[in-house]
Amino acid sequence: MTYERPQANRSGRRLHLSHGPINLILEAAGEAHAVEAAYQRAIAAFDELLEALVVDLPVLRKPLCGAPVSSPVALRMCAAVRGIPVFVTPMAAVAGSVADYVLAAMRGEGLRRVVVNNGGDIALWLGEGEGYRLGISDHVRPGFVGMITLDAACGVATSGWRGRSYSLGIADAVTVLARSAAEADVLATLIANSVDLPDSPLVQREAACALSPDSDLGARLVTVGVSALPDANVTKALDSGVACAQGYIAQGRASGVFLCLQGQTRVAGEAFALE
Amino acid sequence: MVKQRVESVVEGKIRCDACPVLCYIAEGRSGACDRYANEGGTLVRLDPFTILEQSDQAVPFLDGSDWDGGIAKGGQVFVTAIGAGTTYPDYKPAPFIVGQTYDDVDMVTVVTEGIFSYCGAKVKIDTDRYIGPERAEVRVDGEAIGHVMTGEYGSQMLSLGGVHHLTGGSKKEGRVTCDALLKLCNRQAVTVKVDEGAEVVLQAGAPPVVDGVREERMRVGCGSATIGMFAKQWVDHVDEVVVVDDHITGVLSEHQAGKLLDVKPTGIKVRGRKSTPGRYFQVANPGTGWGGTDITDPLSILAPFKPKDAWAGMRMLMVSTTGEQWGYFVLDAALEPVAAELPDALRLSVERIEENCEPSVVSVLFMGGAGGSLRAGVTENPVGLTRSVKDALTHVSCGGAPCYIWPGGGITVMADVLDMPENAFGYVPTPALVAPIEFTMRRADYAALGGYMDAVRPLDEVLGEAERREAAAAGARWPMDGGNFRGNL
Ligand code: SF4
Repeated sequence: MTYERPQANRSGRRLHLSHGPINLILEAAGEAHAVEAAYQRAIAAFDELLEALVVDLPVLRKPLCGAPVSSPVALRMCAAVRGIPVFVTPMAAVAGSVADYVLAAMRGEGLRRVVVNNGGDIALWLGEGEGYRLGISDHVRPGFVGMITLDAACGVATSGWRGRSYSLGIADAVTVLARSAAEADVLATLIANSVDLPDSPLVQREAACALSPDSDLGARLVTVGVSALPDANVTKALDSGVACAQGYIAQGRASGVFLCLQGQTRVAGEAFALE
Repeated sequence: MVKQRVESVVEGKIRCDACPVLCYIAEGRSGACDRYANEGGTLVRLDPFTILEQSDQAVPFLDGSDWDGGIAKGGQVFVTAIGAGTTYPDYKPAPFIVGQTYDDVDMVTVVTEGIFSYCGAKVKIDTDRYIGPERAEVRVDGEAIGHVMTGEYGSQMLSLGGVHHLTGGSKKEGRVTCDALLKLCNRQAVTVKVDEGAEVVLQAGAPPVVDGVREERMRVGCGSATIGMFAKQWVDHVDEVVVVDDHITGVLSEHQAGKLLDVKPTGIKVRGRKSTPGRYFQVANPGTGWGGTDITDPLSILAPFKPKDAWAGMRMLMVSTTGEQWGYFVLDAALEPVAAELPDALRLSVERIEENCEPSVVSVLFMGGAGGSLRAGVTENPVGLTRSVKDALTHVSCGGAPCYIWPGGGITVMADVLDMPENAFGYVPTPALVAPIEFTMRRADYAALGGYMDAVRPLDEVLGEAERREAAAAGARWPMDGGNFRGNL
């Protein structure tokens, strides 16, 4: 059986890596030879990434049970969901963990900053005095509703029912800032799940396994459509999301959360003071 | 889309084995990467890499197993950009740069799928029905995706898409616009609503449906032109004819053509603004009734007949410019028009009007501009490509279909989506359309414009990667035809 091979393409200052469902855009800045070497390390790390990860998929699609995993990305995924008291599988951390893993491979002398963007889930490393500006969209209005400046290594991830992976909630988008992209990915998934109106007839849901037989969510109902909601319902759903977000912020897992639903937006945590 | 061999099927779910994830895919869904889907139990690639074949026989899809990747006998092969992938934002060089010999000349085709945020569709709707005021917004799902342009002869025109609707408005506006453009360009039907106008179902190559009514025919000419064309066939059978039209309504007895045939005046009074004799503007408001007006009762545009000129027993035909609506009346003793049975001779002329009206269709032209980064995939010096296109040394095609290249700066192309293979378009969530574009030129000219000569691959090698084989559109000029290039090949 011949699978497609991983692809690497240079694009000006960036490097694009893709294989199967993974699409990464990498950007390193610093001394020219250091950037070049970082890209070479990224390509080497990426080469076997997916093939190693798929071996662990059967374990990763279930909540943590102690069964061993061996691929480096799988280990990061499991670490990211450890100690979470609600239903979650390591798959909630897959995109962020891939980004973190490639970022870790790229880091080295002579670099000022490294950004790994995995379809919107971003792992970031910044040297002394470096800043990275991020635009925040509410997915309704054009452009950005605000900008934040990041100044330390961190991860940013976004989740919502419109995204490629399924959501149990109705948030248009929940963006989380955390220490790593894997952690941000898990928390964005869980907080987006909690922005919800249980049993509302205005939300259309289907069993995850009917949409995608491999889904880690099994027969759980995932959101496939949300009708226009009365303002009061939007507020109620966001309230429950904010409460969930504040819990994770109090535990020190997230430093900032931005939530949006049908044009209403909320912020939790200090880090997300919008400019 | 190309059919793939399917490894295993479990309860109607099929397994994709294109990458190590080995997704099980449910009916009607796509796998984790959104590139492969299950269509009725068959695994299909949503963006197959397509080549075009010069032959008179349509070969819809390539079934990997029974084609060896070689050139079909007697046929020429052209590698299209459909499914070729892109080099966005500016990965260099383009995904495929193909060298091949055509008529003993070494040719190079640079094949790429361009990501067009500056793009849209120009839509021509063959109908005189009123679809809405000029400049009115055209909406899908409540979102503005374009507007009504100035009408053309017998047709209404829409300009859809464009960068402002795609990326300048709300997220939803962009998404809806991109989705509508994608469907239209892939020849699917889209229902649009024009502000203060009609709801229209648009599908390339199909008749438009305006407010639920399927348009069958275009008008043969305006009311006045119709009088001119048919006056001779009418004079012996009728005393007065009114051809009702949204633009110019014609009246036989007053019209030049009637006068020349000695038609007696009838003293008819038609509402509206008189132009030259026998021609009236604005007899009614635009609408979906007779001849593109809002008229449902044709007599409503006439003033009562007067005894001075009219007479009892006077015969009058009223007909729309497409012949789809007609009425035949005879004046009674009080000079009131009374509907009567249409005599056979007149029925023939009405049918002939209808017959002379060509079928109404919707035409969709994709229009887009090849930006700097797309051109950078062709050459290190993007303006060199622009110049080469303007100098007719480089031929541009979209999925192998001929394009019109606008004069002036840049490379702005228009292509009829019906000339392109089906499902030639894709999209990226930016949102923007992904359209195939190929640049073909002599090898020497490619070198001269700063092409990536090292990246040129022989045709045979690229054919091995093709996933779909399509016949070229009938009658369309072959992309490598010598007539496409300055200084004959
Ligand atoms: S559907 Fe995509 S991700 Fe899934 S196995 Fe096929 S190629 Fe891989």
